Amino acid sequence: MSHTPYSKEIEDSMSEVESTRQKRLKQKLPSLSLNEREALLKMWHPDYKEGMKRPLLLGPNKGDSVPHEVADLIEAYPLIDPKELDLSKIDYDVELLVIGGGGAGAAAALWANYSGVKSEDMLIVTKLRFGDSNTMMAQGGIQAADRQEDTPVFHYLDVFGGGHFTNSPELVRALVEDAPLIMKWHEELGIMYDKKNDGEMIEIHGGGTSKRRMHTCKDYTGLEIMRVLKDEALNKEIPVLEFSSVIELLTNDEGRVNGAALWNLETKEYQIARAKAVVLATGGFGRLHIQGFPTTNHYGATMDGVVMAYRVGAKLRDLDSAQYHPTGVAYPEQIFGLLITEKVRSVGAQLTNKDGQQFIYQLEPRDVVSSAIIKQCYGDRTGVATPTGAIGVWLDIPLIEELRGKGAVQRLLPAMHRQYKRFGIDISQNPVLTFPTLHYQNGGIAINEDAEVLDASGKPIKGLYAAGEIGGGVHGKNRLMGNSLLGINVFGRRAGLSAAKHLKRKDGKTKLSLGHVAKYVEALKEANVPMTRKSPMILPEYRGKEVLSRALPIFPI
Amino acid sequence: MSSESKYIRIYVMGKDYLVPPDLTIMKAMEFIGYKYIRGIGCRGGFCGACATVYRMKDDYKLYTGLACQATVKDQMYLVQIPFVPAQKQHYDLARLKSDSSIVMGLYPELARCVSCNSCTKACPQELEVMDAVQSILRGDLTKTANLSFDCIACGLCSLRCPAEIQHANVFQLVRRLHGAYELKRSKHLEARIGEMQEKKFEKQLQEYMKKTEEELRKAYSERKIEPEEVV
Repeated sequence: MSHTPYSKEIEDSMSEVESTRQKRLKQKLPSLSLNEREALLKMWHPDYKEGMKRPLLLGPNKGDSVPHEVADLIEAYPLIDPKELDLSKIDYDVELLVIGGGGAGAAAALWANYSGVKSEDMLIVTKLRFGDSNTMMAQGGIQAADRQEDTPVFHYLDVFGGGHFTNSPELVRALVEDAPLIMKWHEELGIMYDKKNDGEMIEIHGGGTSKRRMHTCKDYTGLEIMRVLKDEALNKEIPVLEFSSVIELLTNDEGRVNGAALWNLETKEYQIARAKAVVLATGGFGRLHIQGFPTTNHYGATMDGVVMAYRVGAKLRDLDSAQYHPTGVAYPEQIFGLLITEKVRSVGAQLTNKDGQQFIYQLEPRDVVSSAIIKQCYGDRTGVATPTGAIGVWLDIPLIEELRGKGAVQRLLPAMHRQYKRFGIDISQNPVLTFPTLHYQNGGIAINEDAEVLDASGKPIKGLYAAGEIGGGVHGKNRLMGNSLLGINVFGRRAGLSAAKHLKRKDGKTKLSLGHVAKYVEALKEANVPMTRKSPMILPEYRGKEVLSRALPIFPI
Repeated sequence: MSSESKYIRIYVMGKDYLVPPDLTIMKAMEFIGYKYIRGIGCRGGFCGACATVYRMKDDYKLYTGLACQATVKDQMYLVQIPFVPAQKQHYDLARLKSDSSIVMGLYPELARCVSCNSCTKACPQELEVMDAVQSILRGDLTKTANLSFDCIACGLCSLRCPAEIQHANVFQLVRRLHGAYELKRSKHLEARIGEMQEKKFEKQLQEYMKKTEEELRKAYSERKIEPEEVV
């Protein structure tokens, strides 16, 4: 044990982890059966906790239960009175509007461009900077069944089992079938995957995989993918509008989506974009802090796209389930709730309780591992109290050095090593304290395999496509590691191709309206939704309570 | 403030505030009432949006950090950089080759590097930035690609560089050249692409799509787990 910032009690517990390490090195806990997994989830997973959800009062999913935090944004009035906007002045008149500047948005724009949509006929609009997204933060890897020992069929089965057999067969098939061609595309773009000298990909397991198919770029996989896709989009001179948030979609009289109302976060001015096709790639809901959990997500993950699509009539699915990543940082406080990548466990780290005992095979699917950790902390009371009063379990990272040799932690996990080093903790020497953190929106808006957004009757909403975390059905009720980086590419590509095909049909540009929003407002009034509730959220509120209580709106907006 | 003793004093753009210790700069800024629009992104140390420069009392040195990763300190005198101006050259990767002359041609200011090492000192990722620049000049793009791999493009090095090099954009080009032309292509991936084109797995996938939940559960429970390979 090297120097640590912990109390004697925590150091004693850490010594237990050290003293059992050699024994655990040879000890692999058995995987749970499907029935054992389900029993654990029902007892301990936050999705099953009573009183945390409510049925929606209106819209295509009326009666379906979703977390209160989600319902509060869906059952909410628009930020603007539809009558306030002048839709006759069009600021951006394009063929394709891509909403969201993460991996899915970039992939959609690129593939639309490859299939003939000119750069100048497109616009990517994003409320942060292009690329500042959950894609950028994804560390662990990307799945693709490309080794001879593996097949897309095994991949299909793993995705379904991970998702508790609630996934859409068409979407999972698309995911696993496109995976190899996505990897090939990435190779051509120059993405630096971890390879052996002969060019073969180094592939490892993730939670719930039956074959090694996790491709990695150290533990910066998402960063490497995102920055290359962004670089390529910039090379193609695809226009990007940053720090502008979409506040409402626009439709014509027949309900076809044909544009969006934008809001410049800096000047507070609204602008109108007209488009023949719109791709929603706005990501997920981490910043809603479901059930008060901290999150691994970026600042803008506020579910705006789901809210706006629902007003247009999009059907939602599986939004009753949220993914809590098993290993969020429980200490130090400064990075509380941030991600400790699953790759840490893929390359050998085990979880132990305060007595240094393993309690779950570390590569079960995420919801199962999270439930097991919560059980240790709140059921068996064998967790460790952190210096700041949280409770967690140990993630024995130094075990990786025992398995793979000295220096392996820094070589395979430089981002993790660096993040803890900033707070005086050397993870190659010491285990770390961990507890589940809100990570991923498993469900979302219903789409088909062409990435078209579906309405309540299962028919595509014309002009509207969706890709990435916003879409539901791919991962069912629980996503496996490495399938989100794959999903943004597969469905981003499909959205771009579908939109391009749609554009070739030469539909004329149509009149813009907010008629669907006016209708939604009527339904909100009928359901007696409090007028104070407004959405989309755009950015979460973290300002100090004291300062907010004394703030004066002298410069109203 | 009665509880002043447990607070520390920081200066944001010259104006002083009391904040709890043990917050990141970002959380401290929010605590005192700043609502971020610029200078923020992932909040987790990956996107490079929150570049920050600061000085400490009675210390002439200019320090750098990421607001989401650096802890506030008493008497910290700071400002966040909302944007780093940098030109990106446009290119078609397919028409390039892995050669330092290509990189020098697109970013000729590289030749102005005076090896002052200011870039390295500014890097919040603690990368060997100057060595990465010098490797390009010596024609070793592989070394540059690897040395710069953990770059999060915060731009702090570029702001300190007397040669006005735009490091993040240069390194991005080098890594793509390395990835596309220096790393060997995967043969097993190529083979699988061929199989997919022949629709080798189509029939089997269609069968699985028709399976009932019970059949899928059985197949899932019976699947064999491949052992890990230790590299």
